Amino acid sequence: MTGVLAILRKELIVYFTTPIFYLTGFFFLVLGGYFFYSNILYYNLLSYQGAQNPHLASYLTATQLVFRPLYGTLAVVFLMMVPLLTMRLLAEEKRSGTAELLFTFPLTDWAVILGKFLSALLIYAIFLVLTTLYPLSFAWVGRVDWGVIVSAYLGLLLLGGACLALGLFASSLTENQIIAAVTAFALLLLFWLLGWQQEVASSGSARFLAALSTMEHFDTFARGVIDTKDLIYYLSFIYFFLFLTKRQLESRRWRA
Amino acid sequence: MIQVHELTKYYGPTLAISRLTFEVAKGEIVGFLGPNAAGKTTTLKILAGFFPPTSGTARINGFDCVAASLPARRSLGYLPENVSLYRDLSVLQFLRFAAQAKGVEPKKETAEIERVIADCGLKEVQHTLTASLSKGFRQRLGLAQALLGRPPLLILDEPTIGLDPSQIVEIRQLIKDLAGDHTVILSTHILPEVSQLCRRVIIINRGQIVASDTPENLSRQLGQGTRVLLTVNGPENQVRQVLLSTPGVTDVLSPENGRYLVETTGDADLRPRLARLVIENHWDLLELQTQEFTLEEVFLNLVTEEEARIS
Repeated sequence: MTGVLAILRKELIVYFTTPIFYLTGFFFLVLGGYFFYSNILYYNLLSYQGAQNPHLASYLTATQLVFRPLYGTLAVVFLMMVPLLTMRLLAEEKRSGTAELLFTFPLTDWAVILGKFLSALLIYAIFLVLTTLYPLSFAWVGRVDWGVIVSAYLGLLLLGGACLALGLFASSLTENQIIAAVTAFALLLLFWLLGWQQEVASSGSARFLAALSTMEHFDTFARGVIDTKDLIYYLSFIYFFLFLTKRQLESRRWRA
Repeated sequence: MIQVHELTKYYGPTLAISRLTFEVAKGEIVGFLGPNAAGKTTTLKILAGFFPPTSGTARINGFDCVAASLPARRSLGYLPENVSLYRDLSVLQFLRFAAQAKGVEPKKETAEIERVIADCGLKEVQHTLTASLSKGFRQRLGLAQALLGRPPLLILDEPTIGLDPSQIVEIRQLIKDLAGDHTVILSTHILPEVSQLCRRVIIINRGQIVASDTPENLSRQLGQGTRVLLTVNGPENQVRQVLLSTPGVTDVLSPENGRYLVETTGDADLRPRLARLVIENHWDLLELQTQEFTLEEVFLNLVTEEEARIS
């Protein structure tokens, strides 16, 4: 446990002293702010139309029209940023040779992996906390369904965790940060696009692929439904990729 | 402290070390000596638990380096050959991370860090980023992290490389002071370092141990008999003739004008006889002294013998 904390603290120092945290954070919030603003404008427009159309008015809730699409978009934006946050984690240790020190310290592989994973997750959580400004500022002028918002944040956190675990695994495969980033990005896109199959065909295999898709499981959270099926999906996704990372680290022992 | 048995390591098809067997007792300082690519670093990396051997076993403090890697790693401090540091951390941050990773008790952490900073002379750079440290300071920081937590065994891969002469003296003194409560195994190709620091030398070439003994014993082994250095003012040819015809002299080398290296057999001290000979021939005797074989010669001799045997 002390090992996990040691790695976690070190990784956080590195995140905070290098530009990558500030850069990704900046663009994440710029994009988040833009989408929040444009969703509000759209909601505004529909509200005017709703005034003449009572049927439409019943659909007009801020949660459905502003926040559900906003969090869906933020999830995609974050998906693009994951490779930037994770590419360095293990690849850089190998390239710079610090792996030699790291792996001769009395640390288990799990301590190294968890420390690194949790550091990236914490950075992501900081981004998420900053985005709570959107619902908080909206609550100033309108009504927000907080249950749905909390559920959406839980979903975002789990989705982010899954993406980061995959990114960490990609980083363990190579000592080149660019290759790690490209691999992570390709895999993340694949796991996202798997869900699109469903709209083309609804055969058994398409549904199976859709069930594997990271985004598919997020949508229930964004609607305010916390389903154990989705919880288990994300937790096992995270565990699976951390486990692969551990196997990859172990292979250095017999491959050398 | 260290038991190595039949240790073998292949990198792909290349044999790096072949059936190394040696032991290091508690409190010993052992020098690992060999030309480049002899397998020194490979052996030390296996001992440090970075990768396992292809076959054979290595035990540290009774713990197997592979099967009980964690307790084995807990009892050692390792200075890699190329000290790589986290570029974005300051010296203090790096040492704090190393102390935590090595499981130094949180209460003792600060005191422990201050101790190694003082021992390794890092006070003036403690807030500098490791990326901007000079080679000498990087090496010292590498040594400092190895010392954290007072591990019973220190594995130092070329500890004085890249340091300036005064730093070398300091670090050597530091290593000497460690003897006793620490066991030290260090690799080097600087021969005087070994004779100064180590009570025992293991000479390794092409992945095999060619000799293992105290530096003095190794010198004696090679120099069966002694050498006498003479500086004589006289006609070179005649001096050589006279020296060679003395019973007990096997060879006379004259490395430079007027200086003669007389190699002798047996334990008899030939100095009085040689002195008399020079005087009797009315030459001037300027210098007369016995010489022991240096570790350098032992090393070259063993390595070239080995090389000849293989080819």
